[in-house]
Amino acid sequence: MWQRIWALILKELSGLWKDPKTRFVILVPPIVQVVLFAYAATYDVTNVPLGVWNEDQGTQALELVRRFAGSPAFRVSPVHAPGQAQAALDSKTVAAVLRIPQRFSADLLAGRDTSVQFIADARRSNTALMVQSYAASIVAGFAQDQHPGVRAPLVLMTRDWFNPTLESSWFILPGLVAVLSMLMSMLISALSLARERELGTFEQLLVTPLRPAEVLVGKAVPGIIVGLIDANLIIAVALLWFRLPFRGNPLLLEAVLVLYMLAGVGIGLALSAIARTQQQAMLGVFVFASPMVVLSGYAAPVENMPPFVEWIGRADPIRYMMVLARALFLQDPPLLLVWQQCWPLALIALVTLTVAGVAARRAVG
Amino acid sequence: MIVTVQRLRGLVRKEIAQILRDPSAILIAFLLPVVLLVVNGFGISFDAYHMRVAAVIEAPDEGVLGMLEALDASPYLDVRPAASMVAAQQALAMGEVRGILVVREDFPQRLRHPASWPATAALWVNATDPNTARILEGYVTGALTVWLQGQGAELRRSPGGGLSLEQRDWFNPELRSADFIVPGVIAMVMTMTGTLLTSLIVAREWERGTMESMLASPATMAELILAKLGCYFVLGMLSMLGSVALAITAFGVPFRGSVGALFVASALFLVFALAFGLLISTVARNQFVASQVAFIATMMPAMMLSGMLFDIAAMPHWLQIVTFAVPARYLVSILQTLFLAGDVWAVILPNLAALAVAAALAMAATLRVTRRRLD
Repeated sequence: MWQRIWALILKELSGLWKDPKTRFVILVPPIVQVVLFAYAATYDVTNVPLGVWNEDQGTQALELVRRFAGSPAFRVSPVHAPGQAQAALDSKTVAAVLRIPQRFSADLLAGRDTSVQFIADARRSNTALMVQSYAASIVAGFAQDQHPGVRAPLVLMTRDWFNPTLESSWFILPGLVAVLSMLMSMLISALSLARERELGTFEQLLVTPLRPAEVLVGKAVPGIIVGLIDANLIIAVALLWFRLPFRGNPLLLEAVLVLYMLAGVGIGLALSAIARTQQQAMLGVFVFASPMVVLSGYAAPVENMPPFVEWIGRADPIRYMMVLARALFLQDPPLLLVWQQCWPLALIALVTLTVAGVAARRAVG
Repeated sequence: MIVTVQRLRGLVRKEIAQILRDPSAILIAFLLPVVLLVVNGFGISFDAYHMRVAAVIEAPDEGVLGMLEALDASPYLDVRPAASMVAAQQALAMGEVRGILVVREDFPQRLRHPASWPATAALWVNATDPNTARILEGYVTGALTVWLQGQGAELRRSPGGGLSLEQRDWFNPELRSADFIVPGVIAMVMTMTGTLLTSLIVAREWERGTMESMLASPATMAELILAKLGCYFVLGMLSMLGSVALAITAFGVPFRGSVGALFVASALFLVFALAFGLLISTVARNQFVASQVAFIATMMPAMMLSGMLFDIAAMPHWLQIVTFAVPARYLVSILQTLFLAGDVWAVILPNLAALAVAAALAMAATLRVTRRRLD
């Protein structure tokens, strides 16, 4: 029996490998995507264009402007009138405007309360939030230095665990390991079975001594292998090019990746066993893949989702792998955390592979 | 390039019949957008509420407990005392809490006596997700400042108390994620539906040889492409209208621009996406490769490189140049402006011009490749 399955796996793999176009789409895009997306996915803000509308020419006002200009977060340009500030914000020439009122320096010197205005373009709400917190810290530092002798009553010292320099790439790359390997294994397994059925070669396979379950195994293994190759390519890029730390156990990562790929091909095979044509299988992958990526917490935290959406997301294998990949790269996770992610993955794999098996058998009968 | 109305009409009728018979096209045009909008609109949210923080208090006294209560009262924070430092660290490692607030034994005393200022509290944050880590730090700092201001006059007279930063957020004053994500999702929807409609469906026609038999008919290639693109174009525009309606009704995103600008931008973008899909299917020759390429070239770039999630201005310079080749970025920029700001022509016109160039290039490439393929 194993010999037969092995022969089928070899046939599938050589089918993928022989076609130069297929070979290309398996190997090259994941690497290109990883490099592009890891650089693209930055929540850091640097060189944000800031319009400064300074109505006060006092020393204090100039000092405050100098501090904004000196911060790597901002690139300062002057604006002179309300209309100009409005136009610059509207046209996205600047992302924010700092307005210093006329009596600013005089008020500060006299010890009166005063304020500066900071108007952000919140079309990009996330950037606006970041930019504001930078501005607030610059203004707070400036205010502090106006009274050199006085100490603040309270200081909050923050320490960032697992990612002390707050690198966005440390967050995104482990996520890409999970996302891209899942997409690849789903695509390959979904299309392989559907193609055989569309071309009628599935029936030919069934008149061979292979049993339906064996055919399914033969179809599943190439998807797992290609997914694992892609995952490891991305891991290599993350470690060698982006210099991510790896603090967990590498063997544990490989083991959970195998489990994860089982869930991936399970979904792919279930879709293709239900679909009647390649096109339907493909559509199934498209309809499922994008929500799976979003619900996994790849871009925004799972906790921020409304409860019913978060709950739907519990059926999403990427979500569990996301936690595992990030934890294994950045922290040495407690085994309990690993277990909490592994059993849902195993359950998803079991259910989807069963569905695929039943649907494939029914398709034959 | 001869186009006769009569043949064109016949071809259009054939395409419509084909679309109606095959559920795939309807599925792509109407089911996929709903799924994408709902999932992305609800699923991508940077609005964090009730972030869990474990508090480790070495000497609980009235003042410190009052401070914790004030922090917990913030809608963004959920502060719970931890049983011990070990338990708190375990909870942080397990991802059960986002941060640990550590208040040492001498804190209350130092806070009471200005001579020993500053009293320090420590915040340890799980920074696996740096964005959320920064937001949490901001909220804790903010809540502490508010608490200090509510304390005795002595504490309030701290340096910096006299200078405040008034923040205004234009276009999206509540900083709702949905308002900024949903217009981007519409761009993503149009990228995917547009490209998929032609790449998947036409790839099958090439694979089965029905495309060749059509080309053997008296219909010219221009007529064939026109009829195909025309029908899918109408389908794509309907899909866009549905998405916009859903954005406004279900997500309450304001629409401040003009419908005309929306139509022109969508139309140009759809021409690009449909032609690009046709190009993929013609070059790929089989459904397997066509679908992979369509997948790789549309979904992830439209999400990552279009400015829908990540600010293009914050990317490295070379990558900003790469994003010029992702037409979705022009559409995202136009849609975000049309939805949240209005008809700001300084943003819309240059982006429209870029979309027009992309559409023209994709059309030219498609015509060229299709012709060559027949030789």
